[in-house]
Amino acid sequence: MLRIEDLHAWYGPSHVLQGVSLEVNRGEIVCLIGRNGAGKTTTLKSVMGLIEKRRGRVVFEGQEILHRPAHARFALGLAYVPEERRIVPGLSVRDNLRLGLVASPEGRRHEAERIERATAAFPRLKERLDQVAVTLSGGEQQMLAIARAMISGPKLVMLDEPSEGIMPVLVDEMFEMFRRMRDEGTTILLVEQNVELALGLADRAYVLDQGVVVHHAPAAELLADEAIQERYCSV
Amino acid sequence: MGTLGFDLLALQLFAGVALGAIYVLLAIGLSLIFGMLTVVNFAHGAFFMFGAYAGVFLAARGASFWASLIAVPLIVGAFGLLVERFLIRPLYGRGIDYPLLLTFGLAYMMVEGIRIAFGTLGLPFDTPESLQGATDIGIGFFPTYRLFVIGATAAILLGLWLFLERTRYGLIIRAGARDPQIVRVLGVDVSRVWLLVFGLGTGIAGLAGLLAAPLQGVSPEMGGPVLAEAFVVTVVGGMGSLLGAVVAGLLVGVTVALTSLFVPEMAKVSIFALMAVVLLVRPQGLFGRPGLLS
Ligand SMILES: Nc1ncnc2c1ncn2[C@@H]1O[C@H](COP(=O)(O)OP(=O)(O)OP(=O)(O)O)[C@@H](O)[C@H]1O
Ligand SMILES: [Mg+2]
Repeated sequence: MLRIEDLHAWYGPSHVLQGVSLEVNRGEIVCLIGRNGAGKTTTLKSVMGLIEKRRGRVVFEGQEILHRPAHARFALGLAYVPEERRIVPGLSVRDNLRLGLVASPEGRRHEAERIERATAAFPRLKERLDQVAVTLSGGEQQMLAIARAMISGPKLVMLDEPSEGIMPVLVDEMFEMFRRMRDEGTTILLVEQNVELALGLADRAYVLDQGVVVHHAPAAELLADEAIQERYCSV
Repeated sequence: MGTLGFDLLALQLFAGVALGAIYVLLAIGLSLIFGMLTVVNFAHGAFFMFGAYAGVFLAARGASFWASLIAVPLIVGAFGLLVERFLIRPLYGRGIDYPLLLTFGLAYMMVEGIRIAFGTLGLPFDTPESLQGATDIGIGFFPTYRLFVIGATAAILLGLWLFLERTRYGLIIRAGARDPQIVRVLGVDVSRVWLLVFGLGTGIAGLAGLLAAPLQGVSPEMGGPVLAEAFVVTVVGGMGSLLGAVVAGLLVGVTVALTSLFVPEMAKVSIFALMAVVLLVRPQGLFGRPGLLS
């Protein structure tokens, strides 16, 4: 479904991704791990079209998208939940959700129904639809960011450290939801620091280090391989 | 003071509101454009002047004032679309000074263009017949046309508010002013939103020029002073804040009107004094967010 080949990316002069290759198949949860600064976020941003200086191939659903703008990639069914969540200040929870539908004519026609469905899994959001979104707790904001990305029904969603700064009960709940999303047909590319939890969820995993993929394996296999985890994921 | 009378004061306040209405119309466009595009539009006064001359042009061809009220913002806004698309767009991502210098130069060219087409002298502009004279507003007689300017401004503000709060485009604009990147990630081509906002802001400036024409006549240079005043309004209200533009516009209008009544020689200086005071107390302006420019 998504294939990245020899992807390079730069921030100014610094060459951050130095030939990343990975693949995500339909219906999979693929996890991308690696220590701080390895280039995980940059990989997701490049797939979404948010890095200006890049080279290589990014193929989504059979189409080369490396030179398409971000909004056109969304239209193909790619969604992205950034590390910082990016809840829009000043807007209500409802308006943040509506923002997830503005670019989808089909979604706009059934707006109320879509919002109803997107919040069905999040009673806390449902109760707070008319509250200003930035007054939500960190965990609730993360839920909102995920719901906003999912509301248009994307084919593949990329999540950047969704568990960061969230209390453990909520993290378990969230990972349970990812499992349900996969079962309902959404493909997920997940970046996580919480390696054990992520490997427990994912089907396959890639290990990134200094801008290249140094290892990839079925998640269960990596989970058992303490040497690799020790070498590339400990801080 | 007792003999100066409450009524005179109230009438002068009302005159200030009418004056402020024109400032508000210019300042909301400036503020919208700055808030979304981070472009300080130095040609905004020239778009205002274009609006007045578009009114002159249409009137000479027999168009009624009412038809011009519709046509002028469309014409000036369409010109604004071209300016954004072909002159400003290539400069995005290069820092705030590039579009600033560009619009500064553009303003000179627009003024020269009008001088060539319509002559260097100012022209009178007739108040539409049905709006001539004065109307009793309870506290005294007030020029009907000024009442109309206040009413028209209120209607435009209401329309703009409904557009921003109730429509999908409004939602995109409100979100895009805060975080263009997430709007892009959610599938919106933000460059089209910026185009629309520039067209909207300049269209409203053109309409303000037409509304101001019967009050002051038209001249190629009419955009200069009003641009300075509109900048004061955006700074006092807070760059990028629409509510700020409205409140500060009226505040500046009233300040000018009252100082002209009591200390006429101070009228021009008073608004800059007002700006200085506001900046000392609240550097981000009355309704601005701190750190917008940092
Ligand atoms: N905007 C930027 N400008 C310059 N350098 C950047 C920028 N963003 C990231 N970098 C650098 O690029 C490298 C990769 O960063 P990236 O954010 O992709 O890492 P990451 O794997 O997501 O790390 P983390 O686990 O800390 O989120 C790092 O060395 C980082 O310092
Ligand atoms: Mg990261």
